Amino acid sequence: MGREAVIVGVGDLPLNGGRIVGGGSILQVQARAAKAALDDARIPMSDVDGLLVAGLWGVPGPGLLPSVTLGEYLGIHPRFADSTNIGGAAFEAHVAHAAMAIEMGYCDVALIVYGSNQKSERSRTLGGRPPILTMQFENVWGIPQPVGGYALAARRHMHEFGTTEEQLAEIAVATRGWAALNPAATMRDPITIDDVMNSTPISDPLKLLDCCLVTDGAGAIVMTTADNARAHGSTITHIRGYGEAHTHWSIGAMPDLARLTAAEMASRRAFEMAGITHDAIDLVECYDSFTITVLMTLEALGFCKPGEGGAFVSGQRTAPGGEFPMNTNGGGLSYCHPGMYGIFLLIEAVRQLRGEAGARQVQNVETALVHGTGGTLSSGATVILANN
Amino acid sequence: MSETYEKPQPVIDPGTRPFWDAAREHRLSIPRCRSCGQHHFYPRELCPHCHSDDIEWIDASGRGEVYSYTIARKPAGPVFAADVPYVIAMIALDEGPRMLTNIITSDVEQVRIGDRVSVRFDDVTPELTLPKFTLDKD
Ligand SMILES: [Zn+2]
Repeated sequence: MGREAVIVGVGDLPLNGGRIVGGGSILQVQARAAKAALDDARIPMSDVDGLLVAGLWGVPGPGLLPSVTLGEYLGIHPRFADSTNIGGAAFEAHVAHAAMAIEMGYCDVALIVYGSNQKSERSRTLGGRPPILTMQFENVWGIPQPVGGYALAARRHMHEFGTTEEQLAEIAVATRGWAALNPAATMRDPITIDDVMNSTPISDPLKLLDCCLVTDGAGAIVMTTADNARAHGSTITHIRGYGEAHTHWSIGAMPDLARLTAAEMASRRAFEMAGITHDAIDLVECYDSFTITVLMTLEALGFCKPGEGGAFVSGQRTAPGGEFPMNTNGGGLSYCHPGMYGIFLLIEAVRQLRGEAGARQVQNVETALVHGTGGTLSSGATVILANN
Repeated sequence: MSETYEKPQPVIDPGTRPFWDAAREHRLSIPRCRSCGQHHFYPRELCPHCHSDDIEWIDASGRGEVYSYTIARKPAGPVFAADVPYVIAMIALDEGPRMLTNIITSDVEQVRIGDRVSVRFDDVTPELTLPKFTLDKD
């Protein structure tokens, strides 16, 4: 192959109680995350010629130009920019888009950045967006956003397949088990199925411990060519396959509430590109905005059949020591969830593939699948990574 | 009808005005594609099934069944706090499309997927009527 795009740097900012240590404006925290990832890659900021930014932030007024705003702030003049925002899956899509741009020679060093200080700014509510355009048919009914849409999907999944609240709780408990091994995780105390079942009801059948955290967070990823990586002495993570799709924005327009169509489409393409089957995947990092997100994603990715997700996650199968290691940093449920979480899935997968995950390191990881989900089960993007 | 209605009100635009105007007249009006014959909701300029622009408005039966539902135990912001617990449901209309709405019932615990429902118009302001649903078994 000619130019091979690889991941060479990852970085994130330390959190304390879900807040970024040292605080800072949305631009400051993204700059610090970018520097951390570039230092990790041993590549200078001045070499960055591709910038990929999706955020929930922006200067109020017409249009949001996050890559343009952040490029100026970082003191760079990118010749490739991508502000694709498909929700929390945006960063998996950014890896795909950067890989294509690098392999075509459209840029040489791509920087993917995300930051949020939503917790510190107390900017998150269940109220959702103004009832304008398509949202005029959603938000007049008082649906708690975004949990209500996920609750509708969970209820439908239970109806069609007999999935239980206890099975959803298995995911929250297993993920907390991983968080206990991650010093950076926000919630580290062990929990039980009963704790999840007895947690505060939010939007039936989802309860507080079925829901992701609300935290700050910032992370960044650096990609370049394999040749450039070797020249800088960077540690290489290979990108074997990718795919993306989105199907709806309003929950009322989701094609089938019991099936995650976007993840089916995205992962099918990623597996085809990688030329591998599910047996080759040693580790899965998948978006866990809510427990039901994980269950439906596992089915859609093809690790089990439609409707069998509940049985698949039972018996703490995805917990530390279980046979299906997943969401090994503690996930959005227990590590952090700064609005859009997808970049942290990628960062964790790279650390596991490098053997840098400390107490939570999974043994013999060669191939990892990362899957982001955005919106209200709206978008999906899959990336398959390998360390050889 | 309350004097002050503080919940979110739709920002009605030319593409959605026929729906909301009909609701004020207590009609549930939805678009139907003359090309493929299928209905859709919410209203669009092009049929989402076949992408034809040959769309007409028809009065729906106002009947359907519960496709899914959730009981809000926490409100979607302070303006809904007094309503907790309340039901948000996705109704599969007999004409085919699904629509999000509320189910008005004295017992939120009795709602089940598959329940038959009928539209009931809630005149929340002189200008705005919300098509909500009741359970036929209620
Ligand atoms: Zn049509």
